[in-house]
Amino acid sequence: MIAFIIRRLLQSVIVMIAVAAVSFTLFRFVGDPINSMVGQETSIADRQALRDSLGLNDPIVLQFGRFLGNALQGEFGISYRLQMPVTELILQRLPATVELALVSGLLAFVLGLSLGVYTALRRRGVLSNIIMTASLIGVSLPTFLIGVLLIWVFAVELRWLPSNGRGEVVALGDCWSTGLLTHSGRLALILPAITLGLYQMTLIMRLVRAEMLEVLRADYIKFARARGLSARAVNFGHALKNTLVPVITITGLQLGSIIAFAIITETVFNWPGVGALFINSVRFVDVPVMAAYLMMIALIFVVINLIVDLLYYAVDPRLRVDRAGKAH
Amino acid sequence: MADPLLSVRDLVVEFPTRRGTLRALDRVSFDIMPGEVLGMVGESGAGKSITGAAIIGLIEPPGRIAGGEIRLKGERIDTLRPEALRRIRGKRIGMVFQDPLTSLNPLYTVAQQLIETIRTHIDCSEAEARKRAVALLDRVGIPAAARRIDDYPHHFSGGMRQRVVIALALCAEPELVIADEPTTALDVSVQSQIIEVLKDICAERGAAVMLITHDMGVIAETADRVAVLYAGRVAEIGPVREVITEALHPYTRGLMGSIPTLTQESDRLVQIPGAMPRLNAIPQGCAFNPRCDRAFAPCFTDRPELLALAGGRQVACWLHDTAKAQEVPHG
Repeated sequence: MIAFIIRRLLQSVIVMIAVAAVSFTLFRFVGDPINSMVGQETSIADRQALRDSLGLNDPIVLQFGRFLGNALQGEFGISYRLQMPVTELILQRLPATVELALVSGLLAFVLGLSLGVYTALRRRGVLSNIIMTASLIGVSLPTFLIGVLLIWVFAVELRWLPSNGRGEVVALGDCWSTGLLTHSGRLALILPAITLGLYQMTLIMRLVRAEMLEVLRADYIKFARARGLSARAVNFGHALKNTLVPVITITGLQLGSIIAFAIITETVFNWPGVGALFINSVRFVDVPVMAAYLMMIALIFVVINLIVDLLYYAVDPRLRVDRAGKAH
Repeated sequence: MADPLLSVRDLVVEFPTRRGTLRALDRVSFDIMPGEVLGMVGESGAGKSITGAAIIGLIEPPGRIAGGEIRLKGERIDTLRPEALRRIRGKRIGMVFQDPLTSLNPLYTVAQQLIETIRTHIDCSEAEARKRAVALLDRVGIPAAARRIDDYPHHFSGGMRQRVVIALALCAEPELVIADEPTTALDVSVQSQIIEVLKDICAERGAAVMLITHDMGVIAETADRVAVLYAGRVAEIGPVREVITEALHPYTRGLMGSIPTLTQESDRLVQIPGAMPRLNAIPQGCAFNPRCDRAFAPCFTDRPELLALAGGRQVACWLHDTAKAQEVPHG
C-alpha cells in the first residue's frame, strides 16, 4: 500500500515536471516578453539590459530550473495585464470556481447515479425511456447553448434567477470567499451549476446504466437472487457496489474537467472564477497567468487521479496486493 | 409411497421471439422424493437448466412459464407472488451454479455473503450467524474455516470457491438443492470431491438434490433416479441402475452407448446420428424420430406421453405402448 502510494506520487511528480516544461515553453513561443513590457521607444541597449536583468539570456535549462523553483514556492511572477502577483490573482478567484465545480460535480454525481440506477432497474419503463431520450439532449447540446437557454428561460422570461455574477459573498478567513452562505449567492449558483453539471450528469447516468445492466447479468447476481436475498439487497448491496468501480474513475476525471472546463460556463454567466481569468489572459497574452493556470489544472488532475486510485483500494479488495500472499 | 417433495406437472416454458414463440420446455413432468438425488441429463439445450430456473422462479424475461404447475410439498409455487417466492429461494430451495469463479460477489468477504444470506432467512444475531457460517464452511471442507471466512472470494481456488457456493446454497437448510452442473467448470481432480461434499451434506440434512449435468459418470455414482431430457421433453425417468444398464428409450440407449467404459472392449463408441432439433424446428410426433433407428408409423404423427411402467420407470416412447407396439413390423 505505502509502496503503491510512493510509486503513484513519483509518477505524479514526473507528470507535473512535464506540464511545467510545457508552461515554460509558453513564455518562449508566445513572443518576446520584453516587447509587452516596454514601450516602442525603448532602445535596443535598454532592452538588452532588461533582458539581462530578468535572466532571459541565461541557458534555457537554468531558466527552466529557476521557473520550477519558483513554481514550487507558488511563485509565478507578475501578471502583465493586472500588475499583480499571479498566485494572489488565482487564489482570489479560485473559491468561485471551486464552489461552482463542487456543487455541479455533486449534482451530476448524485443525479447521474440515481437516474442511472433507476433506468437500469426499470429498463423497459416509460419514464426510463423518457429519461434516456432526454439525456441525449444533455450529451449533445453544447454547454454554452444550455447556459444561454437557461438564462433566457429562468432569468429573462421568468425572472426567477440572476443571469450573471456570484451574488453576495462572505469572506471565510483570509483566503476564501463563499457565496453559499447568502441567499443571493445560492440563487446565483443555480444556473451555472446546472449548466456545468448537465453534461457530466448525463454522462455519469449513461455510464451507470450501462455498467449496472452489465453487472445485473453477472452470475453472482443470479446466485444472490437464487439465495433469496431481497431485491433491495441484490440491487443496491451487490449490484451497485460492483457498478461503482468504473464509475468512480470517470467521475473523478470528470471533476477535474469540470474545474478545467468551467471556462465556458464562467464566461456565459460572467462568473468571477479562474476560468474567466484565463480567458482574459489569453486575450491579452498574459503568459504568467496562463502558465500558472496550466500548472494548477495539471495539479488538480494529478491529485484527483491519486484520490481515485485510493478509492479503488477502498472499493475493490482484489487490488489490495498486500493480502494477495494468502491466496493459494 | 410417500408424497413427493417436489412435483412438476406438464411444465411449459416459452420464450417469445420475433420469429415466433420458442418452447424451451414442453410438458415436462417429474417428481422428487424427500432426500432423493434426481439426476437430470440431456444435451446442451435440452432444457435442463431452464427446468432448474423455472422451479426456483428465476427464468430470465422474456421467458415465462406458460403452462403446468410446480408444487413444493403440495403447495403450488409457480403462481406465488415474487416476494413469497423470494422467501422460498435459499430457504426451502437452494441453488448451486456452474461457475464458482463468477458465482461469488468479488467485493464482499465470504463471511459477509454467508452472514447476509443466513440472516435473510433465519432470525438470529450477527454473531450467531457467523458461528453457523464457520461451522458450515468447516463442514464443506474449507481448512481453517474460522480464519479463512474473512477472506475475499479471490483468495480461494476454484474448488474451494465451489465449496463456499455449496455452503451458501445450504446455509438456510433448504429441503431441496438444485445443482446446475456444479462441477463442469472445475478440474477433473476436484470434481469428485465436490460431488462427494454435496451429496454427503445433503444426505446428512435430509435435503433432496436435483443434479443437472451431462456427465453420466457423475449421475451413475450419485443419483438415485435419473430423468433424461430431449428437446425440452422428458424421454425417460427411472432408477439410475436400470436406466443405465437397460435403457428403454432409444435416445437414452444411444446416450449410454456413447460413454466409454474400461471394462467393455469396443473399437468405436456408439454415436447417435444427427443433432438435436432446434427449438423452432421440432418435428411432429416424437421429437427424436429423425434420429431414431426404430421409429415406426405413430412416431411421426403422435407425440408419445410418459408411460408408467413397472419398477417405477417411465418412458415416452411408442415402442413401449402395448397397443401401438403391435404395429411394429419387426421388433
